[in-house]
Amino acid sequence: MLISFYAAPRLTPRFYPVVLRNLLVWRKLAVPSVVGNIAEPLITLVAFGYGLGSIVGRIDGLPYVTYLASGSIAVSCALAATFESLYSAFSRMHVQKTWESIMNAPIALDDIVFAEMLWAALKSLFSVAAIMVVIFALGISRAPTMLLALPLLGIVGVTFASIALVFNALAKGYDFFTYYFTLVLTPMTFLSGVYFPIAQMPGWLQAVAAVLPLTAAVELVRPLVIGEMPHAWLEPLAVLAAYAFGGYYLALVLTRRRFYK
Amino acid sequence: MREPIFRIDHLYKKFGDNVVVDDLSLAIQPGECLGVIGPNGAGKTTTIRMCLGQTAPDAGSIEAFGLPIPRHVREAKKRIGVVTQFDSLDPDFTCAENLRVYGRYFGLPRAIIEARIPKLLEFSALQAKAHVRPGELSGGMKRRLSLGRALINDPDLLLLDEPTTGLDPQARHLMWERLQNLLQQSKSILLTTHFMDEAERLCDRLLVLDHGRKIAEGTPRGLIREHLESDVVEVYGDGAKAVARQHAALAQRIETSGETVFFYLSEPRPLLQALSGDHSVRYLHRPANLEDLFLKLTGRQIRDEA
Repeated sequence: MLISFYAAPRLTPRFYPVVLRNLLVWRKLAVPSVVGNIAEPLITLVAFGYGLGSIVGRIDGLPYVTYLASGSIAVSCALAATFESLYSAFSRMHVQKTWESIMNAPIALDDIVFAEMLWAALKSLFSVAAIMVVIFALGISRAPTMLLALPLLGIVGVTFASIALVFNALAKGYDFFTYYFTLVLTPMTFLSGVYFPIAQMPGWLQAVAAVLPLTAAVELVRPLVIGEMPHAWLEPLAVLAAYAFGGYYLALVLTRRRFYK
Repeated sequence: MREPIFRIDHLYKKFGDNVVVDDLSLAIQPGECLGVIGPNGAGKTTTIRMCLGQTAPDAGSIEAFGLPIPRHVREAKKRIGVVTQFDSLDPDFTCAENLRVYGRYFGLPRAIIEARIPKLLEFSALQAKAHVRPGELSGGMKRRLSLGRALINDPDLLLLDEPTTGLDPQARHLMWERLQNLLQQSKSILLTTHFMDEAERLCDRLLVLDHGRKIAEGTPRGLIREHLESDVVEVYGDGAKAVARQHAALAQRIETSGETVFFYLSEPRPLLQALSGDHSVRYLHRPANLEDLFLKLTGRQIRDEA
């Protein structure tokens, strides 16, 4: 039978050639991509970290540039995964009809959605690695625990890729993604303790912030970047997992509805 | 007759209240080219999508190589090649890379893919374009690359959805030559098309589809014999309609489209004699063809893209 819209994800190793395809395309565009990945955080950290940091002073006992760098690494990870799962995945799915041509081979839609999610997470790690190089080079942090943040950021990438694929499945055109960025992602970056502590906000906003995936990401990643262990693992990991699994399943259902009508 | 390589039995599909495929049955023998012709919205593309497990039939069954679809569509697709109506080549890859990446989707070993790439580039007459991206190719080249890509898994059955739509005559002829070549290698082909000359040239058997229903089936020549008079005289010009009224008795059937009148007849001489002295009109005498059949069976009204 054709798969039911609501069936559990049907995962097979056939997702691999799709990830490989995206990696091969990325490799062709890798130089501008890496330059952008390094230049963007470099400029932000120098301008805001040092510039604004000299006025702000210390936050939570950290120099502002360290506070900002350790938080914005999670933002960059989330943004990179989101961009890939919205604009790039939409191009492949809708504009170029790449997904359709793949489905004419013995690869199912479930494999493709899984591959796109995994690829977006992988790509977000390329951005993260570039920022870590900047943080290391500027001497903002040289803590070896930073490397422990990488697998966690992989989970953050998976989470944001999954959420973004929900919007990808619903999109009629690129314009639709503006809503997600301006109404969801941008407010989230301000509420997640990236630029200033959550404690600065009114109580009800703190309650909202507590269930945001980016807050969970920052709680896990910031300590590791500055050389400490996170205060709590379980709760933020549970929040990320909930968004990742929930988002992925919803994205899959909606994408099946889009294709198998 | 041998066991068919592909069969559809009593297939039925509707979108909402709109029945798109209505009790369709067909079978393709090994090495046979079956053409499906029909106006826009006749259900051709939906049928192909069902054959590929991309949409589920509401009733009926599909079997490829004895494998039921969609249940075993993944197994079946290993032996199927597909060329869709619109090119879906990867714009970021060169021609050779397009073939390579597509071969990986089939899980083919690298050595087999690498051995097939130069052969398929040659087949597609694109040896000189191996390292060029599809964006720089002409429409005909893109279609040939799409066909080459569909052959990367050395399929036994090809599903071709309007493979020459939008091509110029030179490109179409080259494409036909390639398809004939494949038939000689005893590949089986299911071909949908709008072009009657294409159907006549390539297809062993034809199936005329309209509103999701099969309205005729047979060999191209057989269908024409069965449904049409042997000859057609087309009459053009201001006086055409007057001529039609005057000589109506000389033809079995008359159709009018705009300023042109079509006389369908088995004995053309009396009409041709009558017309030879008439300078108010121009006329053309020719044998009846598939286009006449198609228009007779599906009517002359325009079908908008479904």
